[in-house]
Amino acid sequence: MRISAERCVACGNCTYVCPMGAIYIDPVIRRATIDRDECVECYTCLNGMSQEHLNPTLVRALRRLFSWFRLRFDPEPDVCPTAAFEPEELTWPRIVRRAFSDPRVPHESTGVEGRGTEEVKTNDVSGRIQVGEVGFTIEFGRPGVGVRFWEIQEMTRALARAGVHFERRNPVTTLMKDTATGDIREDLLDEKILSAIVEIKVPVERTEEIIRLVWEIEKRIDTVVSLGVGTRCDERGEENVVAPILERLGYKLHRAKTNTGLGRVTNEPAREPETVGAAR
Amino acid sequence: MTNTLHRYGDAESFRDDYVVFAMCCRGKNDQGALPKLKKFLEMALEFKPVNLGDARHGGALRPCRKLNPLVHWRRDNTPDFRAVIDGLDTITTAAAVFDNREAAEAFLKKVREADLGLSINISTSIDGADQCCHAAGIRRHSVGYSLGFEGKTEKLPEADVLMLSTMCGHGMIAHSLARKMVDWVKEGRRTPEQAANYLTRFCSCGVFNPTRARRILERARSKRS
Repeated sequence: MRISAERCVACGNCTYVCPMGAIYIDPVIRRATIDRDECVECYTCLNGMSQEHLNPTLVRALRRLFSWFRLRFDPEPDVCPTAAFEPEELTWPRIVRRAFSDPRVPHESTGVEGRGTEEVKTNDVSGRIQVGEVGFTIEFGRPGVGVRFWEIQEMTRALARAGVHFERRNPVTTLMKDTATGDIREDLLDEKILSAIVEIKVPVERTEEIIRLVWEIEKRIDTVVSLGVGTRCDERGEENVVAPILERLGYKLHRAKTNTGLGRVTNEPAREPETVGAAR
Repeated sequence: MTNTLHRYGDAESFRDDYVVFAMCCRGKNDQGALPKLKKFLEMALEFKPVNLGDARHGGALRPCRKLNPLVHWRRDNTPDFRAVIDGLDTITTAAAVFDNREAAEAFLKKVREADLGLSINISTSIDGADQCCHAAGIRRHSVGYSLGFEGKTEKLPEADVLMLSTMCGHGMIAHSLARKMVDWVKEGRRTPEQAANYLTRFCSCGVFNPTRARRILERARSKRS
């Protein structure tokens, strides 16, 4: 993303809307400027803000006038008054930033759409997590911190050493050089993204071991981690196996995503699947 | 991504937050899914959702590409549910957000009766989801627990800001914007409703809950900073 120096009037609205805090008003040129190393190409500035198409010269003059009289300029906070944002053509490896940061675009870099996959949300149809199994979603960088791939690699290497298998249809997995070692492509390691999810599945007996491993790696990386644990309910719709393990480890379980089991296979056999959009 | 799972707050704070969403499984039930997703959204209208959305186009309150300068005095903040339904043109995740359990329960019951064949999930407090399923005569199939945030949590903002910003699980609502809205409400520069509307527009898939946001902003107003 770029900001047009010709159009920007330095109103500062965009400095607040950037999830990474990568936009600032440069005191020398008096224009909003993007720190390209911190920018994750999430396009929130372009897609989230409404746009006016005011004359930049006029707006600057008015702002200067108000400033002289110490009048507070109180614009709508979600508007770019001069439509100053200009998307740029992204190339490898920077394009990966957008694929992991802007949820509206398909995953051009990996062929997988969205940042994650279907997890237990379609488990009633996919049968991905069976009774006696636990699916982990280990998410890095969210909320609002961001992560670099070398940090994710710390975790994937540790998990690989523990002998777990990574979910095949997951964007992070597709960027690994070797899923047996958890190594991620070297040309991506310094790229910063808004968030990424590593997905694994293990027998329920390994739940505590995996969580303790995650705790250990968290100490070595400079970002936040959100853990999600998915499991199958019993035939009565109850789940009394994994929750007690998590509570014993000190977690207070407040929120969950519940698959109601209303899905079923409806596709006719031997037809190619249509494209499925970004996973929630 | 786990977009609605990691909302920040305790179970009590989700008393007005019920996200019901429909999605299909790649290669299993995605053929002919588009009209079913539209029907899912259409059915939600009867139960007065506070937001509707899809993961490609956004929610019922969206940013505008070409604002009239007079908008600062008369901005239209009416959620456009019809635009969400009519604009759904690709297979993606569709979501309906409710601010009370009765509506979520009734909607879930109606979705069960419609037998769409899509995977239907409800994201809220564990007890809230359990009660909704029970009322709708549904036995839960699977559950995905949120274990919250770990690691360098010192990089995260204060609770009120986090409760607001994490209502867009895709991370499109910056902590700094949420904090600015809290400050503006405290200063009396905007009402909680206006501030919630600004935040709602940044959510790219329509799962932001403006009712819960208003409540959080109202409470933050009277707190000492």
